Amino acid sequence: MNPPTLLTGWGRTAPTAAHVVRPRTARQAADALASAGPRGALARGLGRSYGDAAQAAGGLVLDCTELTGPPRLDPDRGEVTAPAGTSMGRLITALLREGHFVPVTPGTRHVTLGGAIAADVHGKNHHADSSLGAHVRALTLVTPDGRTRRLSPDGDDTDLFWATVGGMGLTGVITEATIAVHPVETAYARVDTDRTGGLDATLDLMARTDDDYRYTVCWLDLLARGAATGRGVLTRAHHARIADLPRPLRRDPLHHRPTAPVGAPPWAPPRLLNRWTVGAFNAAYHAAAPERRRGQAQPLSSFFHPLDAVRGWNRVYGPHGLVQYQFVVPFGAEDTLTDIVTGLSRAGAPSFLAVLKRMGEPTPGPLSFPRPGWTLALDLPADLPGLGRLLDGFDERLLEVGGRLYLAKDSRARAETVRAMYPDLPAWRRVRERADPDGVLVSDLARRLRLV
Amino acid sequence: MRDSVGTVRTVLLLGGRSEIGLAIVERLVRDGAREVVLAARGGVEAYPSALTALGATVRSVDFDATLPDTHVKVVDHVVELVGDLDVVVDAFGVLGDQAEFEADPAAAARAAAVTYTGHVSVGLAVAARLRAQGHGALVVLSSVAGVRVRRFNFVYGSAKAGLDGFAQGLADSLHGTGARVLVVRPGYVPTRMSAHVDPAPFPATPGRVAEAVAAGLRSGATTVWAPRVLGPVFAGMRMLPRAVWRRLGR
Repeated sequence: MNPPTLLTGWGRTAPTAAHVVRPRTARQAADALASAGPRGALARGLGRSYGDAAQAAGGLVLDCTELTGPPRLDPDRGEVTAPAGTSMGRLITALLREGHFVPVTPGTRHVTLGGAIAADVHGKNHHADSSLGAHVRALTLVTPDGRTRRLSPDGDDTDLFWATVGGMGLTGVITEATIAVHPVETAYARVDTDRTGGLDATLDLMARTDDDYRYTVCWLDLLARGAATGRGVLTRAHHARIADLPRPLRRDPLHHRPTAPVGAPPWAPPRLLNRWTVGAFNAAYHAAAPERRRGQAQPLSSFFHPLDAVRGWNRVYGPHGLVQYQFVVPFGAEDTLTDIVTGLSRAGAPSFLAVLKRMGEPTPGPLSFPRPGWTLALDLPADLPGLGRLLDGFDERLLEVGGRLYLAKDSRARAETVRAMYPDLPAWRRVRERADPDGVLVSDLARRLRLV
Repeated sequence: MRDSVGTVRTVLLLGGRSEIGLAIVERLVRDGAREVVLAARGGVEAYPSALTALGATVRSVDFDATLPDTHVKVVDHVVELVGDLDVVVDAFGVLGDQAEFEADPAAAARAAAVTYTGHVSVGLAVAARLRAQGHGALVVLSSVAGVRVRRFNFVYGSAKAGLDGFAQGLADSLHGTGARVLVVRPGYVPTRMSAHVDPAPFPATPGRVAEAVAAGLRSGATTVWAPRVLGPVFAGMRMLPRAVWRRLGR
């Protein structure tokens, strides 16, 4: 057997070692699962979950990025079927060529379809279109008992389907999926941009205008002090129609060529990102955004995936890596949101990628994260002194109002906290035990949070 | 599992009555550890009440450093009790009295066995488990006494020198396995074990050692000195001519 490989999530914290195999077919994935030892097995995609969701210490990790093949579009049914290792980027490229687009894309195109379903990812259209799970028409799941199941939201085993959507890979290995797609006229978004002066103004503008747009998201400056705390840059968009494009772009409206990424430096010193450097960046970013701009045509790739323009941006956080914190609080719990934002500002917590968004309808997945409310996602250096305590304190505030954390982002929550945030966990566990009676599927996340 | 901010769930203390060891455990519990196993001969009944007050579950197991044949079983037993070993603190040892050792060579050898070879068998047993689970840290309490062995305590010092070398080699053998070893080199620490020897310059307290260990575990260090100044001090000490070194009282 190969020597073990050290794996981390995108945050580059807490590495653990596992044996890695790369199945190319569903059959090979099933064989690999069957060969798992006492430390279990787990599927991994492109490693974009931030914490320890896609690693299994001492176990067998099925790197599914070679489970690929051409996506098969059925324009009449409005759906596409692709192997689970297909990346969102590849899927989008293939679909745009045919004038279609994915129902949901997260903030990076470097995720696999299987991983996106396992995390039930959401995008800038969650308030309008829910999460990816709501658009999955069918998926193929290989389970440790050697069976291959075709699951769908209206099939015979809907429990297992929904346990798999958002199930963090702990119900089986997804090898293929069919998702709904929709036609688009162009590969551009028609974007309206507004700058806000403080958190109240940001929340107010979002609450008033979200429903007028399919896609909305707000970047927040969490280091601004006083009344400026929570000032932001709000972008809201629709798919651009041909008539929305400036004349030169109309000749090839589906032109889609994401710019080749620039590499981040391979190494950055510890604490390069601190309250001064990030504060200066945030102030400059806020100042550079237009006060108010309407109808700008922006390529979909740069609208949805701005960070993909810098390859390995996570390295900028230095050798100790980064912690991503994403939570959702119900509408009406704005005070909690405000307290957390001011708490971060007061602690001088240097986050330069804080993103606020409103969420809409959830899916029935027991472990699926999205709930109607406000979701805030932010990155912090893992070696920030007192970070653990700061975030533990926020967790308690979340519990008071029925908020929850996103498992695909988590790398530090406590088991009892997550158990309280996901009341359907016991029900999910029962479904999982049916598909994996011997408890083969396991991840570091599952061990840390005692999910299984 | 260790999380992204360095919190662990389980801690095993080998040498469950060691004051420094217990200070390290308490520090880890303060940072969020929830399962503590104290391993010592006959088990451990008395431990700081802070451990349970802070929310940890404390268990104790029988562990005899002088019975290497039992060490694999002890480690297996602890794994059965608490699951994966996140941090193992290897803190047992016998300081003894140099003059008495010189008068009783057999006693000296028995003490050296506790301070050195006991760690070889249990250290390898722990390392095998950490390698298999793909993560975890072994904290080895070495001593500045082993960095350059001195006339006044060379039985203890030579055993610590052996332990220090063993721990470094073990650390290298675990490189790339997800498991790691942290070598801790405290100076003089006033405790029950050292009550009979005179204080030395640059003393530390168990709490200070615990602080250094916690920082080392967080930062990914391979070696920590407590206090930190002992690192450069001993870099200089190593250079001293033998004739001078021999005459150093302490």
